[in-house]
Amino acid sequence: MNRKTALIAVSSIAFAAASGAFAETLTIATVNNGDMIRMQGYTDDFTAKTGHEVEWVTLEENVLRQRVTTDITTKGGAFDIMTIGMYETPIWGANGWLVSLDDLSAEYDADDILPAMRGGLSHDGTMYAAPFYGESSMIMYRTDLVEAAGMSMPDAPTWDEVAALARAMTDKDNDIYGICLRGKAGWGENMAFLTATSNAFGARWFDENWNAQFDQPAWKETLSFYIDLMNDAGPPGASTNGFNENLSLFQQGKCGMWIDATVAASFVTNPDDSTVADKVGFALAPDNGLGPRGNWLWAWALGIPAGTQNEAAAKQFVEWATSKDYIELVAAKEGWANVPPGARSSLYENPNYADVPFAKMTLESILSADPNNPTVDPVPYVGVQFAAIPEFAGIASQVGQEFSAALAGQQTVDEALAKAQALTMEEMEAAGY
Amino acid sequence: MARTVTTQRKSINTLAAWSVGLLIFFPILWTILTSFKSEATAIADPPVFLAFDWTMENYSAVFERSNYMRFLWNSVVIAGGSTLLGIIIAVPAAWSMAFVPSKRTKDILLWMLSTKMLPAVGVLYPIYLIFIKLGLLDTKVGLTIVLMLINLPIIVWMLYTYFREIPGEILEAARMDGATLREEIFYVLTPMAIPGIASTVLLNVILAWNEAFWTLNLTAAKAAPLTAFIASYSSPEGLFYAKLSAASTMAIAPILILGWFSQKQLVSGLTFGAVK
Repeated sequence: MNRKTALIAVSSIAFAAASGAFAETLTIATVNNGDMIRMQGYTDDFTAKTGHEVEWVTLEENVLRQRVTTDITTKGGAFDIMTIGMYETPIWGANGWLVSLDDLSAEYDADDILPAMRGGLSHDGTMYAAPFYGESSMIMYRTDLVEAAGMSMPDAPTWDEVAALARAMTDKDNDIYGICLRGKAGWGENMAFLTATSNAFGARWFDENWNAQFDQPAWKETLSFYIDLMNDAGPPGASTNGFNENLSLFQQGKCGMWIDATVAASFVTNPDDSTVADKVGFALAPDNGLGPRGNWLWAWALGIPAGTQNEAAAKQFVEWATSKDYIELVAAKEGWANVPPGARSSLYENPNYADVPFAKMTLESILSADPNNPTVDPVPYVGVQFAAIPEFAGIASQVGQEFSAALAGQQTVDEALAKAQALTMEEMEAAGY
Repeated sequence: MARTVTTQRKSINTLAAWSVGLLIFFPILWTILTSFKSEATAIADPPVFLAFDWTMENYSAVFERSNYMRFLWNSVVIAGGSTLLGIIIAVPAAWSMAFVPSKRTKDILLWMLSTKMLPAVGVLYPIYLIFIKLGLLDTKVGLTIVLMLINLPIIVWMLYTYFREIPGEILEAARMDGATLREEIFYVLTPMAIPGIASTVLLNVILAWNEAFWTLNLTAAKAAPLTAFIASYSSPEGLFYAKLSAASTMAIAPILILGWFSQKQLVSGLTFGAVK
């Protein structure tokens, strides 16, 4: 071996050793949905750019929430990155459980993140999780059934217009139901929809002194309107229907309209799965002329637990996964309809994305939701379809059961609201509010 | 005197048994059938039973996305290891309770069983913190120990019941012939209790294989068994029932095959001592 060859060999070994010293293996906990699974498929791109390996732990949403909560509260260190939502991020950030993401690189361009998303993932102005994709809710409706009813769907309808249209489209003899809405009990199921809807009716969860407000007329109006409409124009067994059940009904052509997550737009317009793919229109969630619309705001975001041994590498991953380059990568490989939506302003300035049929309405829905001022009257909490306090998930799950039982006809609206009021006051007092 | 059974009655009994059997097996059959459907066919209303375009695309998608063999290996090690460890501890324990009982033996047996009555989530945080301190989080060793501990009361109870059916005089004769305690347990008692031990092993392998609370909560990427593999295909936002069914079929196939081939031992073990 001559001197030159030896020098190259030594340099190569030194470089490999140095690379090895900095190459980490990141463990990432995530949910099983289309965009997250797609990201797993592009992990090689991240590894090629940084040298870091990635191990994925994919879990069902509720299992994941329990799993990462256990780990972060005990400082277990099982994960370097966690997929979390808008509910957990501000609470965990305030507790000091998450690493601040205010120092991401200049080329990452954090100012490009939609303000509503950044606001919902921050506490005291510090961003604690970077949005991978964002969503709101909107109306997805059957253009052919609206036309057959001799009516039209405005881009920004009121609840009265939506109700009239739903009743007109209903043809129960032929299994066509004018409107499909969530009825399954759960804080992320019927209560996400009903809390967002109540905002449009002028209701709120708590007044400024944290007193429950289910005994106020606005909540009675919300719940009565919802149950009457579902009895007249909803599918049978609606009290057990969640996102998947309604998606299935809509894809089989049994719903005249469906108000749910904007992410569903890509499912109902996919001709491989949907029998009505070419007959779907989109509109903003309804309002009541009071200001707020009945649409929510949510983001699945990547947060780094404080105390991880791989913080630098984890930040590199968060930058990669939520960057403009990642969106370009997915667009180049799978088309613009498949890029993660709702996180970055620049996506909606891109003329290629403007051609996607549901892009405009998704953006307008996201922009019309304000987690800092979600209701007509002032509230002490942040969040559109939830109140960002640790007690909310437990309380709302119980309230959701009462409302679901009212929809199933097992109790009256007044009984459900009285129980909701009592249990919420009890839980809040026990929690020291 | 044997009771005479008419052919008609025999036919009715056979038909009833098959009906109940099929009813119990139907969810598994439906899962297997769904795994060969497209996602659109999987949610079709009315449901399609057999007349659909059979496809393997769900299996190939699952194999492409997940490292099935790693999950399988973890399940084999954890289920097998926890059962083996449990048997090693439970055989001497059950021997002493069956053949050298004290006045507290019944109380101890009941106390052991009472630990199964506590909801698992009640001790999640203490066990999680212990695992962090001992470095056992996301390890096969840690999970093997936990599953052994939660199944140990059942193992001891089952073995105790089987051992009680064995006449103590046989063990006494062995002792008179000079057998040590170890020889008495391993060369006299164990061979006689093989059907009982076999059914205990099988039942506990099945319990450990299907255990989902601890296996999901104490693992991340390295030690996750097939329960975590199934959980990764469940989604509240998206209709992936066909892929979920494929993952479920792949997860239950090994234990189903094991159960099928060992059903004779399982039945003979479970009925051991029923007829004297």
